[in-house]
Amino acid sequence: MDFQVVVLAGGNSKNLTPLVSKELPKPLLPVANCPVLYYVLHQLEQSNLKDLIVVVEGEDAALLVGAWISGTFIDRLHVEIAAVPEDIGTAGALRAISHHLTAKDILVVSGDLVSDVPPGALAATHRRHDAAVTTMLCSIPVSGPSESGSSGGKDKAKKLGRYNIIGLDPSKQFLLHIATEIEKDARISKRILHAVGQMEMRSDLMDAHMYAFKRSVLQEVLDVKDTFQSLKEDVLPYLVRSQLKSEALLNRTPQGEENGNEKVSSQNNQAFISRILANASTPSFHGIYSKNPDGSSSTRKTHKCCVYIASSSSYCVRLNSIQAFMDINRDVTGDADHLLSPNNIIGPSPKLGTKTTVGPNCRLGEGSEMGDKCQVKRSIIGRHCRIGSHVKVVNSVVMNHVTIGDGCIIQGSVICSNVQLQERVELKDCQVGAGFVVTAGSEYKAESLAKKEK
Amino acid sequence: MGAQKKGATARVSEDPEELARHPLQAILLADSFTTKFRPITLERPKVLLPLVNIPMINYTLAWLESAGVEEVFVFCCAHSKQVIDYLESSEWSSQPNFSVTTIESHNSISAGDALRLIYERNVIHGDFVLIRGDTVSNMSLTQALQEHKDRRKKDANAIMTMVVKQSKPSPITQQSRLGTDELFMAINPVTKQLLYYEDKAEYSKGFISLDKTLIADNPSVILHNDKQDCYIDICSQEVLSLFTDNFDYQHLRRHFVKGLLVDDIMGYKIFTHEIHSSYAARIDNFRSYDTISKDIIQRWTYPFVPDVLCGSSAIKVERQGTYRASDVTLSRSAQLGSFIFIGQGTKIGNDTKISHSVIGERCTIGSNVTIEGSYIWNNVTIEDGCQLRNAIVCDGVILKSGAVLQPGVILSFKVVVGQQFVVPAYSKVSLLQQPTQQDSDEELEYADSTSGTGELRSDKLNGDIAPDLSETASELGTGGVGYIWKVFEGAYDEEWRHSVAPIPTDKLVKLMLDRDEDEELLTQDGNVISASGELKTDSDGNGSEDDDNEDSRDDYVSFEKEVEATFLRAVHENVKVDLAVLEVNALRLSYNMASVDCGGAIFYSMMKLAVESPHNSASELHRNAADIVTTWQKLLKSFLHDIDEEIEVILKFEEMCLESAKDFAALFPQILHLLYDKEILQEDAILRWADEKEGADESDKVFLKRSEKFIQWLREAEEEEEEDE
Repeated sequence: MDFQVVVLAGGNSKNLTPLVSKELPKPLLPVANCPVLYYVLHQLEQSNLKDLIVVVEGEDAALLVGAWISGTFIDRLHVEIAAVPEDIGTAGALRAISHHLTAKDILVVSGDLVSDVPPGALAATHRRHDAAVTTMLCSIPVSGPSESGSSGGKDKAKKLGRYNIIGLDPSKQFLLHIATEIEKDARISKRILHAVGQMEMRSDLMDAHMYAFKRSVLQEVLDVKDTFQSLKEDVLPYLVRSQLKSEALLNRTPQGEENGNEKVSSQNNQAFISRILANASTPSFHGIYSKNPDGSSSTRKTHKCCVYIASSSSYCVRLNSIQAFMDINRDVTGDADHLLSPNNIIGPSPKLGTKTTVGPNCRLGEGSEMGDKCQVKRSIIGRHCRIGSHVKVVNSVVMNHVTIGDGCIIQGSVICSNVQLQERVELKDCQVGAGFVVTAGSEYKAESLAKKEK
Repeated sequence: MGAQKKGATARVSEDPEELARHPLQAILLADSFTTKFRPITLERPKVLLPLVNIPMINYTLAWLESAGVEEVFVFCCAHSKQVIDYLESSEWSSQPNFSVTTIESHNSISAGDALRLIYERNVIHGDFVLIRGDTVSNMSLTQALQEHKDRRKKDANAIMTMVVKQSKPSPITQQSRLGTDELFMAINPVTKQLLYYEDKAEYSKGFISLDKTLIADNPSVILHNDKQDCYIDICSQEVLSLFTDNFDYQHLRRHFVKGLLVDDIMGYKIFTHEIHSSYAARIDNFRSYDTISKDIIQRWTYPFVPDVLCGSSAIKVERQGTYRASDVTLSRSAQLGSFIFIGQGTKIGNDTKISHSVIGERCTIGSNVTIEGSYIWNNVTIEDGCQLRNAIVCDGVILKSGAVLQPGVILSFKVVVGQQFVVPAYSKVSLLQQPTQQDSDEELEYADSTSGTGELRSDKLNGDIAPDLSETASELGTGGVGYIWKVFEGAYDEEWRHSVAPIPTDKLVKLMLDRDEDEELLTQDGNVISASGELKTDSDGNGSEDDDNEDSRDDYVSFEKEVEATFLRAVHENVKVDLAVLEVNALRLSYNMASVDCGGAIFYSMMKLAVESPHNSASELHRNAADIVTTWQKLLKSFLHDIDEEIEVILKFEEMCLESAKDFAALFPQILHLLYDKEILQEDAILRWADEKEGADESDKVFLKRSEKFIQWLREAEEEEEEDE
């Protein structure tokens, strides 16, 4: 397939502090002891999409990501790493690497997508319709089974406040309307309604940040609209909005359209009438618009904006918040454990003390040690962690090289690498940034602990 | 909730009995409350106009009978006597198991009035079918009724089921084939609940707006532009009482349906029932008259077609859709095209060509006449050599030889067109003069007093009309009788939309080109604004918001004035504080202001009063202000609920000191202190104001500097407090 894949891996993400840091950029954030970027790359590899450009924000982060990819996917993928400045947005990032794009179609994937939807399916849909853009939509993830605790439920309500309004044609193949802003009332263009007749407005779908673009279209839009920052908020809505009237931008062949229209007065009536009659029953609404007064050459161009709707049983979540991070970690070890390919399962069992129990849906990293009478439930523990005795870890993520003293109780928290928890620390719903030291006996609830930036 | 449910189930168990007790009822509105069929409807009610030679109301009644309705209440207003007389003399008065009762009114001006009157009569005892007397249908009601009843059992708020039908409006003219405006509906695909209804969409607006809660509440909503409202509604009794409760509801759709959709307080719901294979359409204008006539001739409305409806009277259907009564006198050389209807006793001369037309009874048509796509009613005389294209010709019209009717002409009763006269396209000709006070159609629809008195006019007409007409003879050529109604400015352009004539092709071409240009503009607008990056997703909103802002500023000024007047009245007339609060609140609601605006406005009025009352020195002014503040502090306080509002007052004060009441400038810190003492402003508000101002321009900080001491004092006091803790 002549597809070039751009993985927008991002870099530092404010939503995810203190989990991410200079040493640990977002693409390398471990999800079940495996960098989040792995999940995307793995899916791409499965779909046989092996020509990749991974775009990372910031030079340092790019080096780190590059090192990891070349270590993991050597000989499996053809990967180019591109570093772009921070905060230029998704469209900005694509603009920066635009000259690298050569294939006919470009697949753009967000690097924080954890999904089992094959990217190949999206690519195939795109090709089938010869679309200008195809976007993947998935059901809004229901934030986890109830066992995730009270905090999950609260967050779910919040999440439902932010959804997209998506307008689809009756066959659910074309994207007719997209709006992300919910503050105002939805405004739907009448023009497209006239063309389609009926539009289904869905608010239960989410833009999964996986797009296929026609390269020429993408490059031209990025080129002409130099203020566009975001793919989701600028480029995609623009393409959707202009889908029935795209020649101004996408088909730069002046050929005196205006003059042509003026000339069409009386002698071309016949042609117009035939067009009117033809309109009565056109199979596809795009066809109506692409037809022409004289029926042959085209003064009007339309482009198609298609959708690929992932089936509701598939898993598709973006790691863009701490809650999402928790959810994904839980799901990947639980319901969606098929995402972890066998070769990702951790090697030798860690050393466990006596009477230490590790419940189901847990993952323990290589070389970690645990003392006596510990309890681990629905949690992930990274590599080379030292955990003392009488420690309880529930619904939490513990990254690598963490030291946990005796008698600690950790619930619903994220402990980043190299953190030291001294004895009898109690954490509930906290995030502890890398390298932080929690003093003995302290208790925290719903707090974010991190080292002060130097 | 539990109690309600119980009530609902109790109703379910009663339901079969109820059905048995009450026969299915229908309300038939035999008045459209519009003026679209003028000038014809000045003389005869719309429901009695012949549709393929049979009065419209017959189609409606016949369908109601076949659909299982047992009791019909015919509401008549305009020309009510004609309707009643007709029904009494017709077969409908003597049908077994089908009773037709007329309800007469002389002063109803809308469907709302009609339904209110029917409610008062207390004749409707259960679910009923609401229909106009100009609806043609052959759908089966069984399923729709069943759906309606089932829904009612589950949800007592489901009070209405609207029948809709697939019909995509033309992409060029944006109107349906019935000539009605395009209709936008949002329907929940699962429950079929109607969520949005817009039939008066402005052409100029390029978008429609859906309320955000609507989308939030329904994960999937289908927005339809391809449905037609059949104006057949299955209603529950509540519909009538709703009309009575909301006495301002006039129009069934524009007020009632939209009113229910917007107002979610009562929680009433409207559902839709889509018909697929059966026919239902309403004659709304001349174009739908034309379309539906053709549908009837082509038998889409079977069994409601002329030969069946007329029963034994001899109308034969011949090949190519030609309907011919038995005693038509037809010249051998006359050429009858396809899809025509010729009524009894009509004579047609030599070499006359007729196609796609309806010709009524006892007409005399001369030789060499061409009739295309026209509707000729009864007793019409057409002399030799006339040409008619897409015209409606009412009873008793005489076309003298050689007269030509251009497309879209309407000739009302007994008009005479002179020899060789060419009636221009879209003319409406009547013996009656055009009512003078005509404004736009829209306004007339409800303020139309003539619809009730039309009867009188027609009586007069039967007397002597000759003197009137002698002067106007020239208007329709030599020997012509009648007035050509004027078309109003602006309306002329729209005349083709509702005309009986097909839309001229050059018009279509023009529209198409217009639309292209519009689109270019629209897309460009979208591009330009989004390119500027100001509004990322919804760029169309940009312009209108600015307008809104301006409007609201104007509003605020007049609001402030009103508040000031209220306040002064309160001061001078010693109105109690509570009452003043009420009054200001009422103002706030009517101007749609927030309570923060009230606080600012009241404070402004108070200070203004202080300045305006006599004073010689600054200290006197301060005393004035102190007095007023002390007296009215409760009023002011009742609009300052939180810190933000208090800050607003400080900002307002600052503004005043700079602009309208410079006398206060020197007193700024004192007044601030005063407000603090009176507990109108909390120290938090003052401190936050100070903080906010910290970063402002030097010029902005004048007053901050002046009150520095006071603020300093406040800060210290606060710190002390903290230390105490």
